[in-house]
Amino acid sequence: MTDEVLFEFLHMEMVSNVYKEQQSNKMQMDNKDRAACVSVLESMGFRVGQGLIERLTRDSPSFKDELDIMKFICKDFWTKVFRRQIDNLRTNHQGTYVLQDNKFTMLTQLSNGKQYLDHAPKHLAFSCGMVRGALSNLGLDSVVTAEVAVMPSCKFQVVIQKL
Amino acid sequence: MSRQSNRTADSKKMNSELFTLTYGALVTQLCKDYENDEEVNKQLDKMGYNIGVRLIEDFLARSSIGRCQDFRETADVIAKVAFKMYLGTTPSVTNWSPAGDEFSLILENNPLVDFVELPDNHNTLIYSNLLCGVLRGALEMVQMAVDVRFVQDTLRGDNVTEIRMKFIKRIEENLPAGDE
Repeated sequence: MTDEVLFEFLHMEMVSNVYKEQQSNKMQMDNKDRAACVSVLESMGFRVGQGLIERLTRDSPSFKDELDIMKFICKDFWTKVFRRQIDNLRTNHQGTYVLQDNKFTMLTQLSNGKQYLDHAPKHLAFSCGMVRGALSNLGLDSVVTAEVAVMPSCKFQVVIQKL
Repeated sequence: MSRQSNRTADSKKMNSELFTLTYGALVTQLCKDYENDEEVNKQLDKMGYNIGVRLIEDFLARSSIGRCQDFRETADVIAKVAFKMYLGTTPSVTNWSPAGDEFSLILENNPLVDFVELPDNHNTLIYSNLLCGVLRGALEMVQMAVDVRFVQDTLRGDNVTEIRMKFIKRIEENLPAGDE
């Protein structure tokens, strides 16, 4: 059984590597480069999320409705992947959910406040992808974004796409 | 009682899967970004190196192992403490060279390759090459220059996974930061 720090180290190195590669010949990264990096990390997370949710829900009964799925994400999925539960779930009951994690594991090592705030998004892209991947395999198409005001607290916004 | 321990075992297993799946996604992405296996192998080694130079601090903090007297002791610590702590598996240390500067780690199971199969067009890909970089980086931080490479790989049809480690030289402590 691998130790949990291995994932943290690997994730940190992956983020750093994606940005280094994108930057390679340029002096400054523009927004298009940054978006490309976020996109690469997000799609890697997507595949991982799909795989994880499959293993996690192998023996579970099917979900009653969308809210049931979101609660599962907030409790079981979050516990297994991020080792804690979501602190606060809000919804407008029309397909938009806001998941708040006050001590998000990817951010606890970065800072305890507003320092390095502009570095936060790159450390959240992979996780957003994981959530989107998990939902995808549960039959829900979504757009997942994350927002940080004060580290290590962060809010994930999930918007379920209606067909 | 047993429900509690099931949960701990479950969460460790999930961490394993999270790491294994993430590593798989990384290798897949690298194969997409780089045209040939050699380049991917190099990138994995480089990334492993960057991880290793940090991982050693975590290791020293958590294991309270003192300085090793010789390369044999180093080999034992790597196999019985480090691999056990991080990958949950203890490789055996064998095939010592007569000079005592080279040995093999034989891994019965490699968590990195759970659920992995190499497609036919990636014959020269060293899937777990990150490990070599990690070992190299970690040991460099404790003043040892080593050469680490895979000589057998279950993913490529061998019976076991074998990593060969060779001691190159001791790194002097007071050199200025490398500017090669």
